[in-house]
Amino acid sequence: MRRITVRSTPVLVILAVLLTFLITAGPIILAGANPIAAYAAYLVVPLTSQFTLLEVLVSATPILLTGAAVAIAFRAGYWNIGAEGQLLLGAIAAAGIGTMVGDLPPVLALPVMVVGGALAGAAWALVPALLRVRFGIDEVVTTLLLNPVALLLVNGLLHGPWRDPETGFPESARIAASAEFPTLIERSRLHIGFLIAIAVIGVAWYVLVRTPTGLRLRAAGLSPHGARFAGINVSRTLLGAALMSGAIAGLAGVGEVAGIQNRLTSGISPGYGYTGIVVATLGTLTMPGVALAGLFLGDLTVGASSAARSLGIPSQLGAVVQGVLLLTTIALLTQRRYRARAAAPPAAPPAAEVASG
Amino acid sequence: MTATSPALELRGITKRFGDLVANDGVDFDVRGGEVHALLGENGAGKTTVMRIAYGLTQADAGEVLVHGQRIDLRSPRDAIAAGIGMVTQHFALVAPMTVAENLALGRATGLRLDLDDARRRVADAADRFGMRVDPAARVENLSVGQQQRVEILKALSRDCRVLILDEPTAVLVPGEVDALFATLRSLVADGLAVVFISHKLAEVRAISDRVSVLRRGRLVATVDGDTNERELASMMVGRPSFGVERPSDAGPELREPVLRISDLHAAGSHGLEALASVTLDVGAGEIVGVAGVSGNGQTELVDVLSGMRAPSSGSIVVGDTDLTGADPTRMMAAGIGRIPEDRHASLVGDLSVAYNLVLERLDDFRAGGRIDGRRIREHAVALIERFDIRAGPDDPVASLSGGNIQKVLLARVLSRDPRVVVVSQPTRGLDIGATEYVRSQLLERRAAGAAILLVSEDLDELLALADRLVVLYEGRIVGEMPTTGVDVDRLGMLMAGRGEAA
Amino acid sequence: MIFFVDLIAATLRNATPLVYGTVGETYSERSGVLNLGIEGTMYAGAFAGFAAAWATGSPLVGLATAIVVGLAAGAIMALLTVTLGANQHVSGIGLTIGLIGLSEFVNRLIFQGGDLQRIEPMSTLNPFGGLGEIGALFDQYALTWIAFLLVVPVAWWILQRSSFGLEIRAVGENPEAADAAGVNVTRTRYLALMIGGSLMAVGGAFITLALLGSFTLDIIAGRGWVCVALVIFGRWRIGRGVIGALLFSLIFSLQFRLRILPEFSALPFELLLALPYLVVIAALALSGRNVAYPGAYLKPYRRS
Repeated sequence: MRRITVRSTPVLVILAVLLTFLITAGPIILAGANPIAAYAAYLVVPLTSQFTLLEVLVSATPILLTGAAVAIAFRAGYWNIGAEGQLLLGAIAAAGIGTMVGDLPPVLALPVMVVGGALAGAAWALVPALLRVRFGIDEVVTTLLLNPVALLLVNGLLHGPWRDPETGFPESARIAASAEFPTLIERSRLHIGFLIAIAVIGVAWYVLVRTPTGLRLRAAGLSPHGARFAGINVSRTLLGAALMSGAIAGLAGVGEVAGIQNRLTSGISPGYGYTGIVVATLGTLTMPGVALAGLFLGDLTVGASSAARSLGIPSQLGAVVQGVLLLTTIALLTQRRYRARAAAPPAAPPAAEVASG
Repeated sequence: MTATSPALELRGITKRFGDLVANDGVDFDVRGGEVHALLGENGAGKTTVMRIAYGLTQADAGEVLVHGQRIDLRSPRDAIAAGIGMVTQHFALVAPMTVAENLALGRATGLRLDLDDARRRVADAADRFGMRVDPAARVENLSVGQQQRVEILKALSRDCRVLILDEPTAVLVPGEVDALFATLRSLVADGLAVVFISHKLAEVRAISDRVSVLRRGRLVATVDGDTNERELASMMVGRPSFGVERPSDAGPELREPVLRISDLHAAGSHGLEALASVTLDVGAGEIVGVAGVSGNGQTELVDVLSGMRAPSSGSIVVGDTDLTGADPTRMMAAGIGRIPEDRHASLVGDLSVAYNLVLERLDDFRAGGRIDGRRIREHAVALIERFDIRAGPDDPVASLSGGNIQKVLLARVLSRDPRVVVVSQPTRGLDIGATEYVRSQLLERRAAGAAILLVSEDLDELLALADRLVVLYEGRIVGEMPTTGVDVDRLGMLMAGRGEAA
Repeated sequence: MIFFVDLIAATLRNATPLVYGTVGETYSERSGVLNLGIEGTMYAGAFAGFAAAWATGSPLVGLATAIVVGLAAGAIMALLTVTLGANQHVSGIGLTIGLIGLSEFVNRLIFQGGDLQRIEPMSTLNPFGGLGEIGALFDQYALTWIAFLLVVPVAWWILQRSSFGLEIRAVGENPEAADAAGVNVTRTRYLALMIGGSLMAVGGAFITLALLGSFTLDIIAGRGWVCVALVIFGRWRIGRGVIGALLFSLIFSLQFRLRILPEFSALPFELLLALPYLVVIAALALSGRNVAYPGAYLKPYRRS
């Protein structure tokens, strides 16, 4: 009999985090810092003051959304690498709508902008999704290649029609006050985008785990043939998951425009779409996992900038940790195995007939 | 060591896959200048033992000797170096490449790609063994028989002294079989040792000097090649007789047809016609067996009836409902229960037993907008009990043994009281206990009045369960007969495509 | 006339990193591995090459360092996707995030975010300098000459005409068949990914060592993704991929020259730059199910 070991998912993820700390200790030592102190600065310090704690939530907001977007698509077996572009389209829509709704009260302006951003993200996801379900064209490359196109679209707008008329900078005009996301706590940057992110994750969890739609989506992702055999319309499921994923990524863009920058800039996303892949993978494609992973990376991001000040470790280490974390997680998750059921009772003689169990 | 040592010898080869013992202490040897056949039914472990000899599969126990020297086989590279060549059932050829490129592959001597050498070897083989093939042709443009020739050439070009052929005739048309046998005879005359894996008695007798019979992973006997067919057959199938058999009652003479298939045509995966004007009725309380050598349209027939493949013309009717081109959902709604040969792919392995049991009809298990977890669990517990599934409701299906996976599929289908059951290779790879169970369940459905279409390569299974048989050959029904008092010779001729000669 | 000579010369120059990247990605993909680590590998090559050249004063040491970094990046990709069988696209994205992060981290450590550091860029060679105006066409960096006259033909010859190339194509098309023929699938894919990685890194290093003589953030700016598109545009053929690189570079160089002219300032040049991506997506859509992906694309190989 082959040796069977228990390699459950949470254990492997925790191992991946530890392995990442081990690997990134090298660069930290290179920077002349003590790794233990560094990790304390990265992970613990941000949680010790109200300001930094709120900043953790601010940093987590966009990646909670992109993480959920990526996780939903991946669960359906649709490899959406395009959350970055979908986020940018959401940001474009938010900036466009946000500058036009100045006459509306916030109670109307905000929903219009949020829905518009979600639709824009979904629209950006539509073409690769159609190509996949209609012609079987692999979505990895098509979704990926639309990311630079979206960035070019942003830059084209900012260098062209949307250039700030007053300053001449490549930034859009400031959105109307009624379109700005209200902050949740005074003198902090925490905006209602965070609540939207939590609500999206909660709803996504409910749909995935508790509804027939969610079960169909999971079945389609785990075994397209088996799902189709059971009468599930796999194409429609994939299309729905892809559009939902794009819409949620679009919401991340809305949050950054309406909650943080209040205008479209070319640096609106420092790669939140790609970080979404890290969050989704680290969260093992489950919504509670995405929530934890998003907060963890938010913590890390705030920690990285404070450690840069206090310990002199360049804040770019945050990106290193993200990349290494993604690699160690998928590397270790390949070792995931089922616990095999004991086929025969332990009392059975070793030379028994082929167990019928 | 000495010239008298066998070219290839296997000692005590044992291999397990999970709880299935594929090989149990198999001893086998083949000498230069002989064809040694390895005979056995599907699933007897013939292919596994020879994959081990070629380094494609690692044995759990036992040793492999070449000319008396023990060798360590970690990959085909080691086997090739030891002078062993194998032509597997699925050809190991790179389709978009030319014949010469395929021959040159893996023969690296530095960077130089010696296609001239490959061409010379092709010409040489044409002269010596009469095997003709164009070295500049792309493999994907060759016929199956020609591709097989390329595979043999590939082995020969590595100077192999032992050539293993896994079911080489399964993919050939009769004329090609004769050509293959002529080739094998000239190879043996040249001193090669040939291992010929087959489950076809006539072919084995026609080509072999010795025959080893494998049954359920164990070597039964090694006998001379001219041993008569009856004796070989009894060694091959001489299993403990199964307690499960169709009751001898012939049932009502005029059964009302429930499933009516008429003039059905369908294309196979490669676009070629795989089913041609299949017309067939299955009555209530009747099991119709579909016999035939695999690859003659069985898979496509089951796929079409499962809603997984659209027919190109013809019609499928259940009761009064026209189901031509229906999707799986409509097929199920009309009362067709489907148990295809690839049972793993027909379930979702990473989902739990409970979810798999309701996946076809989630809408029956919802409470408002959500799935009713409690009822799904109760349903699963009840079916696990009723169908004797050795698993918990929350276990992922992929963690179950083959027999239990089949029982999950069986439970999902039969618990819905289907009017029609379409079932293919229901007991392939299962142990005796599970086999008997599956067969008894099918007979129970028959007694309950279901119309059952049973596709199987296991003739004994067909004879034990079916009321009548149809034979599928090259996508057509070439014969039909009742199972009582069946003429096995005629059946064999029909399966071999010799209907008219009988 | 000057305009066109200058344009063509710039086209060749700007195509150089794309040529290295495209050839490198072609090697990876023909062996059956989509390497989305290309963007990060080019970035790391650009930075490591620059940093080593800056520290030693020798661009050649810089180039060698980039090659080593590229080999290492390819080896990490192989470890993940070949040995462990991890998901190829997620591995590649992880590699890109990690390598860009690491480059910027070390950049910060070494240069402390102070003034832009410069090195003496590699000089150009011009064997046809005597040809006057036309001669300017040939005023190119050694790495450009090497790319078009050495790397492209040799890479093509190895892939299409050598036994090693046959093995790369075979493991990418049908690893089971290659394995049965005695080809070491794992070793072949490692080598293809490492060779591919080193070419990508050289492509990145060309930008810092020759083109600019300095390292700035976001220096690759999506060129890696362009290469991924070009490989598909070229249908996994080196020659066609290089033609794609030249076309893209021509568009890029043209818009760069036009957008400084006042009469063209209103044109949406970003649309031109988006062309290669859109063309590839359109080409995929048009060829539909007939796209001849390498047979084992995105599939890890496990012997059963």
